Amino acid sequence: MLVRIKTLKQLFQRHRRPGNLFFATIFLILSLFLLSQIGNQTVWKSSTKLYAQPALWPIVSLVGMALFALLNWISAWVSPKIAGRWLEVQFWLRSFEYVLWFMAYVYVVPLLGYLPSTVLFAVVLALRVGYRTPKMIAFSVLMAVSVVVVFKSFLQVRVPGGQIYEWLPDFMRSFMLTYF
Amino acid sequence: MEDLVSAFGLLARVDVLIALLIGSIGGVIIGAIPGVGAAVAIAILLPATFSLEPLVGLTMLLGIYGSSMYGGSIPAILINTPGTAVNALTTYDGYPMTKAGEARRAISLAYSASFFGGVFGILCLILLSPVLAWIAPQFGSREIFLAALLGIILVVLAHRGQIFAAGMLACFGIFLNTIGLEPIKYTQRFTFGQSWLSSGIDLIVVVLGLFALSQAFVLMVGKDDSPKAQPLKGSLFSGMKELFGHKRVATVASSFGVLMGMIPGVGEFTAQFMSYTYAQKTSKKPELFGKGSPEGLIASESANNAVPAAAMIPLLALGIPGEALTAMMLSVFYVHNVIPGPQLFQNDMDFVLALYIAMLVLNVLVLIFLLFSTNLLTKIIQIPTRFLGIVIMVLSFVGVYSLRNSTVDCAIAAGFGVFGLVLKRLNLPVVPIILGMVLGGIMETKLRSSMARVKTPLDFIDRPIAAFLFAIILLVIILHIRTLVIEHRNRQPETDHDLHDTQMR
Repeated sequence: MLVRIKTLKQLFQRHRRPGNLFFATIFLILSLFLLSQIGNQTVWKSSTKLYAQPALWPIVSLVGMALFALLNWISAWVSPKIAGRWLEVQFWLRSFEYVLWFMAYVYVVPLLGYLPSTVLFAVVLALRVGYRTPKMIAFSVLMAVSVVVVFKSFLQVRVPGGQIYEWLPDFMRSFMLTYF
Repeated sequence: MEDLVSAFGLLARVDVLIALLIGSIGGVIIGAIPGVGAAVAIAILLPATFSLEPLVGLTMLLGIYGSSMYGGSIPAILINTPGTAVNALTTYDGYPMTKAGEARRAISLAYSASFFGGVFGILCLILLSPVLAWIAPQFGSREIFLAALLGIILVVLAHRGQIFAAGMLACFGIFLNTIGLEPIKYTQRFTFGQSWLSSGIDLIVVVLGLFALSQAFVLMVGKDDSPKAQPLKGSLFSGMKELFGHKRVATVASSFGVLMGMIPGVGEFTAQFMSYTYAQKTSKKPELFGKGSPEGLIASESANNAVPAAAMIPLLALGIPGEALTAMMLSVFYVHNVIPGPQLFQNDMDFVLALYIAMLVLNVLVLIFLLFSTNLLTKIIQIPTRFLGIVIMVLSFVGVYSLRNSTVDCAIAAGFGVFGLVLKRLNLPVVPIILGMVLGGIMETKLRSSMARVKTPLDFIDRPIAAFLFAIILLVIILHIRTLVIEHRNRQPETDHDLHDTQMR
């Protein structure tokens, strides 16, 4: 249940959550690292006015980023500690498993083709997140097929055909390459 | 009149009508499912719309934008979980009405108020068109630069309690936009010698990562949940009659929606809050607010639905998006070489009118659809959250990969997905990054083109609109500092709330 909001200040107020200091520290380090690279990663042209300098906007953005990141870090540092910081960081790290699943899907599509990879990916992922019933597996297959039909068959988005399709008989190959 | 006939001609095509139908009905369904929302859906569909004609693609995206809030009110009222973030205030009075056995009345009233707000917003947009067509050409490079700067400042200041974080994220967005080969002197910026960074970081890839993939990760890593909503009995037609009894509240709330929608970086939350406060202060039964007040429900739903049409004003007239969804739509314009801004009103008024008419039609379509299919939607709400995560991930793939079949793009999107998950978990805003990317690019180009004619700093603001915008920027900053000082003097204990967490669901 949401807490009643009584003022405009309360409405826009966003409150800190566990892991805030950790994030603020990482972001500050990133900002300072990027700022330190300005000399190497941008060019300052001698005969060009300030507003047309290629380095102007990277400098403006990185100085702003570092300044705000520093203030944000100080604000997080002086605020009372919220319990559960490392549990929260663990939650973030757990998401990397799904990054790997996603990238595996990306690599498999050009090999197996869009339709077989999507069906395989949806079913395997459904099993991974804990769905074991035939009903949920069937829903996963149905969802995967629907997505492929809508995007590839109808909208004709650019997803390449799978290498595996080359082994199909002639009459099926071009059909599969075009629509699935 | 000629433009109007031409606009109807543009719309009277099968593909446009199909896009309108898919966008409006799809938007309602997406809005009704807690955990998806218009931003996720638009991010996913964006690359697919690039192959469509601008009007077809934009109609579909506008359909989703305009109709998602209708759908979002269903779970807000029935199960106390807003379907989209901007339906959070609807739970205050909608859910107590459900608990009191008045779910049908609340839903019917929400639909009617949404319809009123939506149509009111579009009518204002139509009435304002001549003014926009007159004022927009007076915006030169320096005015657009100042308006974009104002947008960045407002979006940072709007995040109370997290201004430093919003500031660093907005600057991060501006920085992201500078990466790659810059087009004037052809120098590399922050590419670290990597060829894949030379072409820069694509906005769509970032948007898909921050909005869609991050949501998929949040849903799949988190606990599985399946919200249950009871089906409704009886007709939903009575709301319009009851709304008529509260036409003053509906009109004022919609007006707040239009005003706040026009200002970049502000949007639905402020409009809703102002409307709700107004409705409570002028009500004969203020004690009912928060306990099931029909006026509270009307204030919330009229205000948020009036925003989408108003948010199109800075986008169409100046080419400046005020929030994430219009920022995404801007890329559809760019892909088709239709540059929104003053020229659009001068050269393509029929196109602009066609968009307005499409928005009107979509509100009618959505209302008709909802009146007959609400019970079906209560079943869709029950989709388990982890399954929803799988669906979003599968759809995100097609969104990113179809851009240019790049594995690197997918890896970047996945990286931003994790970053988005961290931000959502920390209750930090994602929108400043997107606005930073878009407005940063606009500011860089416009500053360069405007400075050629500027001899002294004062020349920059020697035109009336530039001077006005500069004065507004100063005023916003001074007022903010003043508010901070006053608040510091009258400190009150803070109440934590999870209103912004609704973006996560």
